[in-house]
Amino acid sequence: MPHSYPALSAEQKKELSDIALRIVAPGKGILAADESVGSMAKRLSQIGVENTEENRRLYRQVLFSADDRVKKCIGGVIFFHETLYQKDDNGVPFVQTIQDKGIVVGIKVDKGVVPLAGTDGETTTQGLDGLSERCAQYKKDGADFAKWRCVLKISERTPSALAILENANVLARYASICQQNGIVPIVEPEILPDGDHDLKRCQYVTEKVLAAVYKALSDHHVYLEGTLLKPNMVTPGHACPIKYSPEEIAMATVTALRRTVPPAVPGVTFLSGGQSEEEASLNLNAINRCPLPRPWALTFSYGRALQASALNAWRGQKDNAGAATEEFIKRAEVNGLAAQGKYEGSGEDGGAAAQSLYIANHAY
Amino acid sequence: MAHRFPALTPEQKKELSEIAQRIVANGKGILAADESVGTMGNRLQRIKVENTEENRRQFREILFTVDSSVNKSIGGVILFHETLYQKDSQGNLFRNILKEKGIVVGIKLDQGSAPLAGTNKETTIQGLDGLSERCAQYKKDGCDFGKWRAVLRIGDQCPSSLAIQENANALARYASICQQNGLVPIVEPEVIPDGDHDLEHCQYVTEKVLAAVYKALNDHHIYLEGTLLKPNMVTAGHACTKKYTPEQVAMATVTALHRTVPAAVPGICFLSGGMSEEDATLNLNAINLCPLPKPWKLSFSYGRALQASALAAWGGKAANKKATQEAFMKRAVANSEAAKGKYVHTGSSGAASTQSLFTASYTY
Repeated sequence: MPHSYPALSAEQKKELSDIALRIVAPGKGILAADESVGSMAKRLSQIGVENTEENRRLYRQVLFSADDRVKKCIGGVIFFHETLYQKDDNGVPFVQTIQDKGIVVGIKVDKGVVPLAGTDGETTTQGLDGLSERCAQYKKDGADFAKWRCVLKISERTPSALAILENANVLARYASICQQNGIVPIVEPEILPDGDHDLKRCQYVTEKVLAAVYKALSDHHVYLEGTLLKPNMVTPGHACPIKYSPEEIAMATVTALRRTVPPAVPGVTFLSGGQSEEEASLNLNAINRCPLPRPWALTFSYGRALQASALNAWRGQKDNAGAATEEFIKRAEVNGLAAQGKYEGSGEDGGAAAQSLYIANHAY
Repeated sequence: MAHRFPALTPEQKKELSEIAQRIVANGKGILAADESVGTMGNRLQRIKVENTEENRRQFREILFTVDSSVNKSIGGVILFHETLYQKDSQGNLFRNILKEKGIVVGIKLDQGSAPLAGTNKETTIQGLDGLSERCAQYKKDGCDFGKWRAVLRIGDQCPSSLAIQENANALARYASICQQNGLVPIVEPEVIPDGDHDLEHCQYVTEKVLAAVYKALNDHHIYLEGTLLKPNMVTAGHACTKKYTPEQVAMATVTALHRTVPAAVPGICFLSGGMSEEDATLNLNAINLCPLPKPWKLSFSYGRALQASALAAWGGKAANKKATQEAFMKRAVANSEAAKGKYVHTGSSGAASTQSLFTASYTY
């Protein structure tokens, strides 16, 4: 093997690792506010609001005007390109408002999924062209981390070896380019919850996918201490008739991560997928109470699970903005507690009762 | 992907994970007493003792009949095939003597190296033929773990991707077969210290090798909680002019491990390679004091570094039994302290312990 050609200098590594640690500092997680124009259309139509640039700006303003209470529970916010250059009603750029709260600014950099020919409806994700130049510009414009979402699905024949390999590879290329530009890459290999498969099946697939992702990151010389992982929790498919407790989800999730995610990765920030706000918090809490040793921070990178109530309270009305912001702050604080295993649930008995529901991990 | 077909039942997993944890519990490590006939020849020649079966038996008898308190430092002993069936002078089987002390018995399973054509003198390891039947027999005969040593070297164009891939694959096949037969596989991908490369290069290579090993183990559906890893520490090549402290060795080693070894692996038991007894202990101690996250036990699986002084004290004479046992016990206790980060270096430990045990291109 040829001599190694270091991809990053010691200073570059330190900068990346410091950023990553700031985002997942104890009790903090990420607000994923990077919905594309198309995704925002779905959210806004559910509350009867027209999908205009101004409405999207007004909505993000509701979230970003949250007071200092969010400082202790939000470590990073992921922006969509449009939002990165928007300002609030007083002309203050959103980026500045967020940075002034000591929160790290991130940017979605992928350009959506494209089909993989010859597969059963599987996809890869595009966005590598000119990515280095885009990252350099985003870094100048205030972003210190990025996010790229790959999508895999479980069915009789999927995910196929090609889908796993190709998505892992594209995530590694993206991560490599980000780090060259001083940006911490959040690596997101989402396995969708669509389907009727059980918890074990999801765990098996998640382990295979994550093993491939970390092999690809190693092959591409990515500096793990300067990355974050944004995986799905291990859950049954939406159409699975068996119900599982948060403790079972936690045990399956932590077991899968322990078998695949090297301890050098500073933090795992779960996506919420189709979970309700409360489910996402209860599951995160159970994960943080799981009796298995967990060498990385285990926190949130939630979109819908942080914003559903806020969106509903806002409904496009300026008069509702204050109440809507309160809803967001409430979920942020709850998830900040869950990220430390300190959330007592909305009325549910906490710690001791739940502990006994963890099934020993050799059963997974 | 096809539905998964569980390789092991929960009961099988439980048995394997309990064996692995017993071996590395509370600062215990492994005595690698599995030198082949040829290798014992090298050892005995140094102390001018003839390499007969009886001499080999006598030396092993002295080690294994040491006081039971050795079980606080030694959790497992690896035997060579011949030794598994040998007895002490009273007719007690060695394996029973060890078991009565609460020590887990292991067996070397590989059958030596074979060249990889088209490479720069690189090798793979043989021993897969009939391995399942051999494992089943060894399990009946009292073994609970196996060991298989793959060898990689740093040099011009080495290790090549073929050598890495082939050795990782062979290790994974061996591990799979072991687990099917209730044996915990110790996975040993040794990157030998021959050469003049520096510490950084060894770290780079070790990371690449370990990433490939864990990807292969995942591909072969190995239950990581029921395995142990036996890697080299990250050190400079033996002919490297630059000298490094135990702390530098420790930092490079733990960095490499935490970027590649999943937290699910219960223990990492280093090989001593060409290190002197004292260096092997000092380095292990520094490793356990390293401030990086270390979710696995970090212990020892030493051959030469546990036996050099004992061999010198013995000199082939029965009258030296007590001195031999004391020398061995002293190293066992020292390494167990080091495995807890509590070793205090006590002045001169005799010439044999600091003498470098390096043998060029070491093979079994």
